[in-house]
Amino acid sequence: MSKYTEDDLREELKTKEYEYGFFTDIESETFPIGLNEEIVIAISKKKEEPEWMTEWRLEAFKAWKEMTEPEWANVHYKKPDFQSIAYYSAPVAIDPNKTLDDVDPDLLAMYKKLGISVDEQKKMNNVAMDIVVDSVSVATTFKKTLAEKGIIFMSISEAIKEHPELVKKYIGTIVPIKDNFYAALNSAVFSDGSFCYIPKGVKCPMELSTYFRINQGGTGQFERTLLVADEGSYVSYLEGCTAPSRDENQLHAAVVELIALDDAEIKYSTVQNWYPGNSEGKGGVYNFVTKRGLCEKNAKISWTQVETGSAVTWKYPSCILKGDNSVGEFYSIAVTNNYQQADTGTKMIHLGKNTKSTIISKGVSAGKSQNSYRGLVQIGPRADNARNFSQCDSLLMGNDCGAHTFPYIEAKNKTAKIEHEATTSKIGEDQIFYCNQRGIDTEKAIALIVNGFSKEVLNKLPMEFAVEARKLLEISLEGSVG
Amino acid sequence: MLKINNLHASIGDKAILKGINLEVKAGEVHAIMGPNGSGKSTLASVIAGKEDYEVTEGSILLENEDIEDLAAEERAHNGVFLSFQYPVEIPGVSVTNFIKTAINSTRKAKGLEDMPAKDMLKMIREKSELLEIDRKFLSRSLNEGFSGGEKKRNEIFQMAMLEPKLAILDETDSGLDIDALRIVSNGVNKLKSKDNAVIVITHYQRLLDYIVPDFVHVLLNGKIVKSGGKELAHELEEKGYDWIKEEVNA
Repeated sequence: MSKYTEDDLREELKTKEYEYGFFTDIESETFPIGLNEEIVIAISKKKEEPEWMTEWRLEAFKAWKEMTEPEWANVHYKKPDFQSIAYYSAPVAIDPNKTLDDVDPDLLAMYKKLGISVDEQKKMNNVAMDIVVDSVSVATTFKKTLAEKGIIFMSISEAIKEHPELVKKYIGTIVPIKDNFYAALNSAVFSDGSFCYIPKGVKCPMELSTYFRINQGGTGQFERTLLVADEGSYVSYLEGCTAPSRDENQLHAAVVELIALDDAEIKYSTVQNWYPGNSEGKGGVYNFVTKRGLCEKNAKISWTQVETGSAVTWKYPSCILKGDNSVGEFYSIAVTNNYQQADTGTKMIHLGKNTKSTIISKGVSAGKSQNSYRGLVQIGPRADNARNFSQCDSLLMGNDCGAHTFPYIEAKNKTAKIEHEATTSKIGEDQIFYCNQRGIDTEKAIALIVNGFSKEVLNKLPMEFAVEARKLLEISLEGSVG
Repeated sequence: MLKINNLHASIGDKAILKGINLEVKAGEVHAIMGPNGSGKSTLASVIAGKEDYEVTEGSILLENEDIEDLAAEERAHNGVFLSFQYPVEIPGVSVTNFIKTAINSTRKAKGLEDMPAKDMLKMIREKSELLEIDRKFLSRSLNEGFSGGEKKRNEIFQMAMLEPKLAILDETDSGLDIDALRIVSNGVNKLKSKDNAVIVITHYQRLLDYIVPDFVHVLLNGKIVKSGGKELAHELEEKGYDWIKEEVNA
């Protein structure tokens, strides 16, 4: 088989339809649809979990049953029927000892189509990847190199078995099971995800990366990610998502918990490209995600996200700045086209003294889409000299889309300094004509303008991710003018 | 090079160009002068292919090819360059990145590979020296926060990089102080050759002291009403446009 190159990828990116919209025929084992205690227990059993985990899931399920879906977000959609979803789906015949050579060739072909060939990623990017296809990790690489430094990077299912004391200590401490409707659901039925622990004083020598995919038709995916950076450690974590095209809406409700202990730093970067639905607004992924991090003393958490996918996005990566002098950052680009709806932003909770947060949010709306920034900056009574700077910029294309900004500020300490800046602009015909006159066609011109607009955020991404993100911005806005 | 026959163009219901005839040969410099609202900038935009204008009659031939059906970027690929009177800002896109994209788009249209980075940098260095441009300038966002002079110099820098066959300079002198005017004009003069042509649109004689035209045309109410040599520009400077209006009405 010939080598898959950048050029091949570029060729693929030229097509206007969602080019990851293919479906690979892998034999899957799927539970009966619906959700009840038996299913929760069955999931836990299937994954050979210890009893405390089963109990934890059941408690979450009990809480979830009493909760209702939140309706405050600026999104409108048909609520999923939670009893018509299959809650567990795993590619069959997983052997934890197998190498990449043993991986189902169909699956590898799928990665290639996605441009994430594991081999190439390994070689070119020095990236260790824990790939999740339909809930179960099928390939974990670089494990050895990491193990030498004492870094634990594995699927959360494995971690529950191999490092129960760590998982038990931290899971649900940042996002409690009763935190919100989707977090409770995730806690009850999470299928897999990643676990990462960086020991004291260790700087993780490579970017850690996980690619999530939804594959099996009609299955929701509920990943759980838990990342613990012990005192004085550093890690940069990349998460990328693509999903194949399906007609019925798919639910995706992930939970990510980050813990940065004293003097630790976590960089968490996401490129989210779930299927956004077709140009008429049919299909697409519902992406209801809870992401939160806790900073102890002098710790720093930086969230960077590029959101181009999903039909509906509901997502607020947040920082609890508990420790004195801790720092929280949020850099976001959200692009919506056609009928996509995004309600995304962050929460910066300042509890410690001299805590600092920065929010840079860039929203690009095209077609008939709606793009909302929703952010909370909260300064607690103990948080002397807390500082926040927020900047929310919106770029509109055409006359049928919407951009909204909902900033909330709650300051309970008089020494707080909070700055908020917001701009809204439109891609002008003059700008396009100027580019055209220099030989640049309209689609390329838009890509150029949008890239320029998003530059501050793109610059925060690790190099190889930034390249992918630029391509994504380009394809998600294709056909948005004309 | 360029042949315009009986060109009529309008925006909405409003006719602006009402029968322009103009022939520009390779190696020539033509100046188009005229009072405000006479249609000078419209002519430039119509040649460049701005879609807001509708050509209702007549034709534009570039090297004997009718460019009526070509999109603006295709005209650019064929060698048309317009130096804008009001260059637009594109925040976050550096001058270098912009010109690189422009050059490679044109190369792609011609079936060529992207220009190797080494060659691109060499060319950027040469052309920026030619126009006395500080290299730091090239990493700034396109036209964002540029002074009037910087914007115009940037336009001519792009012209130097793109090496067009036909360059139209729309009021390139407006907003320039005398030093900037000299630098920009020197740049244009150095880029002039027997194979390309320049159309200079201006209100004032001043620019024509530096970029000396072979022909001067007076545009009035959508028509070229008088053509002559460079001395016509001096006459206009001295006497204004009224005498021409009278001549036309007579």
